[in-house]
Order: sequence, then C-alpha cells, then structure tokens
Amino acid sequence: MEVDVLKRVPISEQDPKERATNFDEVCLGYTEEEAMAEATRCLNCKNAKCITGCPVSINIPAFIQEVKEGNFAKAYEIITDSSALPAVCGRVCPQESQCEGKCIRGIKGEPVSIGKLERFVADWAAKNGLAPKPNPNKNGHKVAVIGAGPAGLTCAGDLARAGFDVTIFEALHEAGGVLVYGIPEFRLPKEDVVAKEVDNVKNLGVKIETNVIVGKSITIDELIEEEKFEAVFIGSGAGLPRFMGIKGEQAMGVFSANEFLTRNNLMKAFKDYDTPIWRGKKVVVVGGGNVAMDAARTALRLGAEVHVVYRRSEKELPARVEEVHHAKEEGVIFDLLQNPTEILTDDEGWVNGIRIIKMELGDPDESGRRRPVEIPGSEYEIEADTVIMSLGTSPNPLISSTTKGLEVNKRGCIIATEETGATSKDGVYAGGDAVTGAATVILAMGAGKQAAKGIIEHFQ
Amino acid sequence: MYKITRKEKLSDKIYLMDVVAPRVAHSCLPGQFVIVKIDDKGERIPLTICDYDREKGTITIVFQSVGASTTRMVDLEVGDGFEDFVGPLGNPSDLCMEENLEETRRKKIVFIAGGVGTAPVYPQVKWLKEHGIDSTVIIGARSKDILFYEDEMREVATELHLATDDGSYGFHGNGCDQLQALVDEGKEYDHCVAIGPMIMMKFVCLLTEKLGIHTIVSMNPIMVDGTGMCGACRLLVGDEVKFACVDGPEFDGHLVDFPQAMARSAQYKTEEGRKMLELQEGDTHHGGCGNCGGDK
Repeated sequence: MEVDVLKRVPISEQDPKERATNFDEVCLGYTEEEAMAEATRCLNCKNAKCITGCPVSINIPAFIQEVKEGNFAKAYEIITDSSALPAVCGRVCPQESQCEGKCIRGIKGEPVSIGKLERFVADWAAKNGLAPKPNPNKNGHKVAVIGAGPAGLTCAGDLARAGFDVTIFEALHEAGGVLVYGIPEFRLPKEDVVAKEVDNVKNLGVKIETNVIVGKSITIDELIEEEKFEAVFIGSGAGLPRFMGIKGEQAMGVFSANEFLTRNNLMKAFKDYDTPIWRGKKVVVVGGGNVAMDAARTALRLGAEVHVVYRRSEKELPARVEEVHHAKEEGVIFDLLQNPTEILTDDEGWVNGIRIIKMELGDPDESGRRRPVEIPGSEYEIEADTVIMSLGTSPNPLISSTTKGLEVNKRGCIIATEETGATSKDGVYAGGDAVTGAATVILAMGAGKQAAKGIIEHFQ
Repeated sequence: MYKITRKEKLSDKIYLMDVVAPRVAHSCLPGQFVIVKIDDKGERIPLTICDYDREKGTITIVFQSVGASTTRMVDLEVGDGFEDFVGPLGNPSDLCMEENLEETRRKKIVFIAGGVGTAPVYPQVKWLKEHGIDSTVIIGARSKDILFYEDEMREVATELHLATDDGSYGFHGNGCDQLQALVDEGKEYDHCVAIGPMIMMKFVCLLTEKLGIHTIVSMNPIMVDGTGMCGACRLLVGDEVKFACVDGPEFDGHLVDFPQAMARSAQYKTEEGRKMLELQEGDTHHGGCGNCGGDK
C-alpha cells in the first residue's frame, strides 16, 4: 500500500446520504493493511509530544510501532497499560486538540491518525478475544466507586489491577454513564463497543451494582460506616441540564439534549422499545458542543430538518471538528452567530417557531473566546416544531448535600486536588464532570486515573 | 431481578404489588418514589411508594395500567420480577420527618386522595399515626368500584371520608365538595395534602386558596432518569423552574402552574397511543401506528 507521508491513509465511512437515515456507526475503521500503512507515518519521536497531549499518557509511539510491524496484541497491551477504554477513546476523544494536535507530522502535513489507530487496535483485540488480565494478588482493601461512567470505570479498572476489591454503584439500570445515555449509537456502538469495554472492567474483578443512587439509596457515610468501604471515589457525572430562561421554554416540544438523547440512546426509542420519543419535522438545536452535534444528528436520523443555532462563529464551536464535519455532510444546517430570544407556541402550547437575534463577535471574554454581542434590530422568526436545548449542565446536589464534610465550590462542583483526586473528606476522592463541570470523556478518564493513583498511595 | 412477593387487583386497571428491594426499603420515607422497569425494552416508570417493610426489605407499589409498559406489568405474577427497581427518589414529605415533628404536631391536617393518589397518601397517614398525630383523610373516586385501600386507610386515619362522583358510595360529590362540606360543618384545617390526578389537585388548590388552607401537592410529571439528569419533569412553581425529581415531588400547590404542567404531561400522548396500538395488535400489527413503517 502506497503512503503519502503528508497525508493520512483515508478511512472508510458510511455514505452521508445513507447514514443520515440509520443509526449504524458512521466510521467503519481501518483494515489491518490500512492501519499498518498509517502506522508507517509515525516518526517515533524520542521526545514524543503526543504522549504529553494524552490525558492518560498512553505510550503512543510505542503502540504505533507495534501496529506497523503487525503486532496488534502487543500494541493492545501497551495501550491498556494506560487506558481502560481504548475502543471508546479511539472514537470520542478530541484528538485534534490532544495527541494529534501535538503530532510533529502535523506541522507540515496531516498528523498521524492516532485515534483511528487506537480504535483499530481495540477493535482487533475485541474481535480476537483479547482482554486485560486480572491481578491475582488481592490486597483486601474495599473501595466504592460512584458512577459507572468514564471516570468511574477507569478508576475502578486501575484499582482492580492494583489488587483492590472494587464495587461500582450506578444510578441507572445500565453501566456506561454518558457512553450509554449520551453518545449515540452511530458514534459509539453500545453492544459491540461500550458493553465489551464494561465487560473488560468486570473481568478485572470489578463488581457493578446498578440501580443504586448514592445520596438516596445509600449515603457515602453509610458506605463507609455500614458497608466498610475504606475509600470512595465519586465519579457521578455532570448533572442537571441548563436552560436559557427565555419565554416559551416550558412549552411542549422543548427538550433538554439530555432528555432527547437519553430517550434515544439509553432507552432505545429509535428501536421497538416502550419509551416514546418526539419525532420533530423541523428541529432547532441550541448550542455548539459535542452534545449539540449528537442531538442534531439524532434528530436528523429520526427524520427531521435540523438547524444548529450557535451564538458564536464556526471557529468557536466547542464540538470536535470531526463531529461538525459529519453533521454538515449529513445535512445539518448551521445557523451561526445567532441566538434564540423567545420560543413561540400555538394555542395548545406546542412549539411552532423560534425568534432569533443575530450576533457579532466583540472583545475576548475570560475564556479567551470573542464575546458574542447582539446586533440591535436583527431579530427574525423561523418555523420549528421542536427545540432542543444543549447548553451544558450544572452540578447535581444529590451527593454533596448528603455527605458530611464534602466541600463544593461556588458553582456546586466537588472540590478535589488534581494530582490525587482527594476531596475535603478523608478517604473520599472525586473526579470527572462532578469536579470540573461538563467536559470530555477522556478528561474524566484522566481524573479517574489520577484518583486511582491517589487511592493506591493512600494505602501504601 | 427484583422479585414480586404479593400481587392484588385493587380495582379495574389498578394493581398493587410488593417487591423485594432491600436498599430502597432500608432508606425510603413517605413521599418518595421509585422507578421500575419491567424488562430490557420497558420504559422507566416512576411510581410513588405506597408502603414499605424495612425488615422484609419490600416496597409496596400501586399502579394503573395506562401505557405499553404498565399494561405489560399487569401480566407479572408473584415470583416474577422487575428487571430494574430503583429508589428512593425525590424528597420525603416535610410532614413525615423527625426533625419537623414539633411543627407537624401543631397542624390540623387533611389529606385529599384522588384515584391512584390514595397509594402515596397512605404511608404519610400511617407515619403520622405511628407518631401520634391526628389526620383527616378524604378519598375521592369516580365510583365505588374504583375506590381502593378503604380498610387499610381506616386503620391509620383518625377520620376517613369517602366520596364518589356518582354517589355510589359515601358522600355524593368529589373530594373538593367533601372538604367544603366538612368546613361548612365547622371543621378546621390549616394544612392540606392533595395527591391525585393533576386536574383534581388543581381544583383542590383553587378551593383551599379560597379557604386559606396551606396546600401541598405531589407532582407526577413525565420523567426519564429521575435523578435530575434529563429535565423532562420540569415545572413552574411560583415563576421558578423546578425539577420534580430532585426539588420535589411535593410542592406548594398554590404556586404550581397547573395548566402548563397538565399540558406537558400530555406531551407524549400520541406516541404512547401508537405504542399501545402496536402492543394490542401484537403479531397482527403491520403499520398504521406511524412508527414502524410497516404500512409503507
């Protein structure tokens, strides 16, 4: 296979027209030959910048060298030394701002497709029945992990490998957190990818108890005092969806992206399951993050014309470049530099339109991005029967309000030190969205990893 | 699996079940609810806790078969179970908290239960009796045959009044009429708890506002996760957006925007109707529901 060192080996994807009508995975992944060819593009840098860009510090050049030689099992071993969920990360990490963003190849040409190679290795391992091996040496220490999302699964996996007796408590009926309720099937297949990764964590000896809401079914203090857990990691995730506070937001046909996605992904409303979902004809998604892209592309697949309304310009869209690109290919319409001011309703209280004002970019704000400013007199109305609000979340008070001595910051996020995940309460650690507010899967995994280290050190 | 240890048909379409769920039974209090899911394809259904037995580790639920999942729940028998059963969710009733005991003792309390709302009223009344606090209970129903839990309620309520719209049993009239009649007789109340269909709670609130009785309602809007994540259950309470699952389910009834809450609860009516059609037609279903495309 011939390789142009400046360009990535192309990867096959479902045709945009075809995939806009189904929930099958968009990207089909590399073949062995393609992966080995792409791997030859890696310069195997001595001072590998890509590793510093990875929140869980995977030895990227090392695994890519193994891929180049066709030693996929060895490559898998190297990746799983650092990552509990490689098949997930290869699919959903924002590589362009992490590993691939630092790739030296990227200076002149396109960076090495690190994410796609990681995904290839993980999928190859799953197909060939490879899984991380459990640690036969148990240390007898009991640790409770709250939440079976990316942070919790990672933390639990690392602790189990270090010999701890780990139980994850999950509030929903299925393990995976945002990987099952938030990220859609077409981006992250549930059975073939998420369930398998969860099984891998279970195979390390981690127990998962679903349907337990810590803070309600049981408190952290009870876990410690009654059930004798010696340490607790809180990875309970982001929390309550935010709304804009504009007129008409309680109307029928206005949903949070969380509700819309949970109905579709976790409850599988797009299949023959009992949970209903509202199938709009003309849907407006408000927001520009990954969740907004997921909601937009889901609505599209359910048969709607979809507009993404975002108050800044394309450059500031917080979503991964690949998601925006895919959304556009599939026919999602981007109404940028615009912001809703009112949701319009019919006599019965259903959404029938949305009033929007145009924006321009002013001076940079504290986030460094240019602040959007309304253009006076530029308001206009468009028809819509559905509005999906994707504006991020605010912390869930369930755990902080029921745990003695657990400090939160003024936004309500749990305070934890970055290096160890330690909170203000002895033996209690935290990480992921519960600490940072809504962020990414890989950052949550990084935090889970740090906390696992912190817990291991605590017992040494 | 969460095993069913008792099943009773209380009236047409209303069923009671005891379910083994030790974690829920260990920590629940009156006013809280659970979410049940029958099987893999089932919907997550919020149901208020009707009773609990901490020793046996069981929770009593009462449900009415209305949608696809609840209709399938009717077929479950003793020995069968739910795939998922999670809780307790929401906040306990303010009345039934040890720390509020002194305050509660000073209250003259009347409960108005409508339809399936009798179930969540029961544990509150029972808790009050166990703590030596009197309460009056009004159970309202369309007619005698859909009235349930009379004997159980009589055992725990200081005073029990039954009202039927058609006059087939007890007082002829609805719960509101009964309350008005009691007040006309000279009875005094300063705290009302109304639980039932939204339309009934709305009318109770209109009446108690006039009578100057502080009123608590228990809202049961559409929900998915029940932990604050989805926002489907949001409602306006005194111009503030509240989530019934984490802020409620009990709210000051005089501040709840009922018209909007009622409209929102009908949001999936069409979709649910279609699911029911699919379920009822079973193997003979081949389209017409608007979902499956079998007729296209």
